[in-house]
Amino acid sequence: MAEPQPVLEMTGIVKEFPGVRALSGVDFRLFPGEIHALMGENGAGKSTLIKVLTGVYSLDGGTITLDGESVRFGSPLHAQHAGISTVYQEVNLCPNLSVAENIFIGREPTRWGRIRWKQLRREAAELVDRLGLDIDVTAPLSAYPLAVQQLVAIVRAVGTGDSDGEGSGTKVLVLDEPTSSLDRDEVLELFRLMRRLRDEGVAILFVTHFLDQVYEICDRMTVLRNGAHVGEHPVGELDQVGLVQLMIGKALGQLEELHDQQLHADVGEPFLRASGLGRTGAVAPFDLEIKKGEVVGLAGLLGSGRTELARLLFGADQPDSGTVTIDGSRIPMHAPNDAIAAGVAFCSENRRTEGLVPELTVRENIILALQAARGWTRPIPAAQRDELVTRYITALDIRPADPEARVGRLSGGNQQKVLLARWLITRPKLLILDEPTRGIDVGAKAEIQKLVVSLSEDGMSVLYIAAELEEVLRLSHTVGVLRDRRLVARIANGPDITTGRILETIASGEDQ
Amino acid sequence: MSTTTQSPTTPEARTPGRTARLLGDRRLPVLVTAGLFLVMYVVGLSRYQNYGFAEPQVFMNLFIDNGYLLVAAVGATFVILSGGIDLSVGSVIGFTTMFTAWLVERQGLPIVVVIPMALAVGAFGGFLMGYVIHNFEIQPFIVTLAGLFLFRGLCLVISKESISIGDASVSSMAQTQVSLGGAFLSIGAVVALVVLAVAIYVLHFTRFGRRVYAIGGNEQSALLMGLPQGGTKIAVYTVSGFCSALAGLLFTLYIQSGDPLHATGMELDAIAAVVIGGTLLTGGSGYVLGTLFGVLVLGLIKSIIQFEGTLSSWWTKIATGVLLCVFILVQRAMTSRRT
Repeated sequence: MAEPQPVLEMTGIVKEFPGVRALSGVDFRLFPGEIHALMGENGAGKSTLIKVLTGVYSLDGGTITLDGESVRFGSPLHAQHAGISTVYQEVNLCPNLSVAENIFIGREPTRWGRIRWKQLRREAAELVDRLGLDIDVTAPLSAYPLAVQQLVAIVRAVGTGDSDGEGSGTKVLVLDEPTSSLDRDEVLELFRLMRRLRDEGVAILFVTHFLDQVYEICDRMTVLRNGAHVGEHPVGELDQVGLVQLMIGKALGQLEELHDQQLHADVGEPFLRASGLGRTGAVAPFDLEIKKGEVVGLAGLLGSGRTELARLLFGADQPDSGTVTIDGSRIPMHAPNDAIAAGVAFCSENRRTEGLVPELTVRENIILALQAARGWTRPIPAAQRDELVTRYITALDIRPADPEARVGRLSGGNQQKVLLARWLITRPKLLILDEPTRGIDVGAKAEIQKLVVSLSEDGMSVLYIAAELEEVLRLSHTVGVLRDRRLVARIANGPDITTGRILETIASGEDQ
Repeated sequence: MSTTTQSPTTPEARTPGRTARLLGDRRLPVLVTAGLFLVMYVVGLSRYQNYGFAEPQVFMNLFIDNGYLLVAAVGATFVILSGGIDLSVGSVIGFTTMFTAWLVERQGLPIVVVIPMALAVGAFGGFLMGYVIHNFEIQPFIVTLAGLFLFRGLCLVISKESISIGDASVSSMAQTQVSLGGAFLSIGAVVALVVLAVAIYVLHFTRFGRRVYAIGGNEQSALLMGLPQGGTKIAVYTVSGFCSALAGLLFTLYIQSGDPLHATGMELDAIAAVVIGGTLLTGGSGYVLGTLFGVLVLGLIKSIIQFEGTLSSWWTKIATGVLLCVFILVQRAMTSRRT
């Protein structure tokens, strides 16, 4: 990276919301032809900065300079015309329209007001082709999986401003957490597209929670903490540990300690035993034993059957073979109620859609499962309820510590903690955690992991599913490896077990 | 995690299969409705051949007797495609008949002056409803329900009695026949077909039309894609108001009177025609051509019941209800397959 003129320069950006100063004097520079990571914990101000840049929020202080000219955007459309396009985490396209139309809608080629469909399809196909993608532009968008839709969103963002003389070509592409719901292959394809655009001179602002991805693709990074700028570094000059320390503002020791601590913990009697449990099309029949106080981690690629296995153990899906024995007695797994009655709790990976009720308050969400377990005719006394809620809010450090806050307003990490609190309050004997740390920041991650360790020390069994192998390995006594919807290995964790070893097992499909 | 194994994405995963494409094809519902119309017509031919069902004029009468419904349904198609609903259609039609009859008969205005006035009032009513829906973010259901009561009430403000139209130019206009070889169409039917053609053009070949589909597909996305979603919404209700007023004029011509109770509940016929024509009530998917077949199917049910002779006209409603039910279930099955 030479020292040319930055394409975008934001200086002293200030944004205030009633009672909160979301950004206090943030500086940010973006050079043409670079991929720049914007890093920070949840609530550090990443989204606010992006929204200020793209014209969703108005500016309370500071200047934005694009190509040497001072600019101020009133709306996303305005920013788009100036050459700043954004792709959000959720694909914001119309699934009912064709791919070509999604790329061009709002700026279709017309003659006398009549849309020229042939030209539109041809130009869309050319654009897709130029970016090295293989997508049939005439098919409806809904025919494609989410990952391809995401690529289409980027194609649209790149194409915006290329025609019609309304814009000046895309100079800055903002990608806000585009990888959070993609699997590895899809991420690689996205990266290929990003590199291509970078080589064409587009400046890319990339926001992600995956540190590995930052080191894989980015050239430089800017770190924010509590709405302030704490550093701008070339990727090569700041290692992961240094980056995390910058992000959370304290030393990282706590994460490393966990591993040793966990390995020495004792585990007790068998608690749950599944034998020959399976469901056609979901998971091949497997045997699994979880002891009291044991943490069993499940490793495997996205779609390898991790979630499906957990759902079978919880009775969320009906097994069509095998049996589950809990505490020595056989449990007919007809519905989640059977599992709940036996002391099993399940935290789903889709906390928004399958777990929390965003419109209700923190208190109501936490109390929900306990109330359900008691039956609706026996309300929990208000004093006891408030005491319980306050205890768990403090124990899990849910922020804001306000039982009346609406859950939908909380950050991802805090929502996850509310969901955890809901199940912990019922005092389960086995806690199934499906991707509890997905999409939450490093600090909250460490807290949730510490919590798992202390729960297991108290004798609670935990089935832990996570996409990051390091995480699984750090916490688990036993690692179950899944591949192609089959439990291929159960590895007792120990000092000689590394992520490399697990990866080999995933790759080869056999226990070596 | 940088060394995870990868398998190349298979091409089949990227391009939907042929059967999936056929079942997911948005044109399928229109074809189904067209097929149903054809089958019903053939059944009618075989049953009532000796009673003159085969006459081309019987077919043309479908357009003559349902022209106003077609125009109203075309307006409703715009609204439903955008993900909204317009319940004021029937009331606006009723109001237009009263307004027109009153101005022509009681005030003595020539019909050529009254027509643009009536259209402007209807379009303005639609504009107001769209404005309220967009600017105050109120559900279209409740806003247009208010419109329904408002226009029906205005009918009674004009007069509590029905006003029959004896004006010579109106009668001659109503009786004009546009000859098509062995059969003829009324002016109303021709206007309806022109409206249909214009609607097809607007929905498929203008940016406005595509925006209607886009906001019906995902309003939030349309906004973030930088489409002027507010203006589009207001325009959609304006189009519906205009179509309702035009339908009201055609209805006035057809029935040659104004009555405060004309076209009560016709918004539901229009919505039924749109849904039977394959447009999803959730918006974003459907074709105006489907609406034509929806109207024709409803019209054909009426004709068949007339030819049957012994059946009460209530059977029209029953048949419509059954059809609507079946079509909604079919749509449901198709959308669940698609996602």
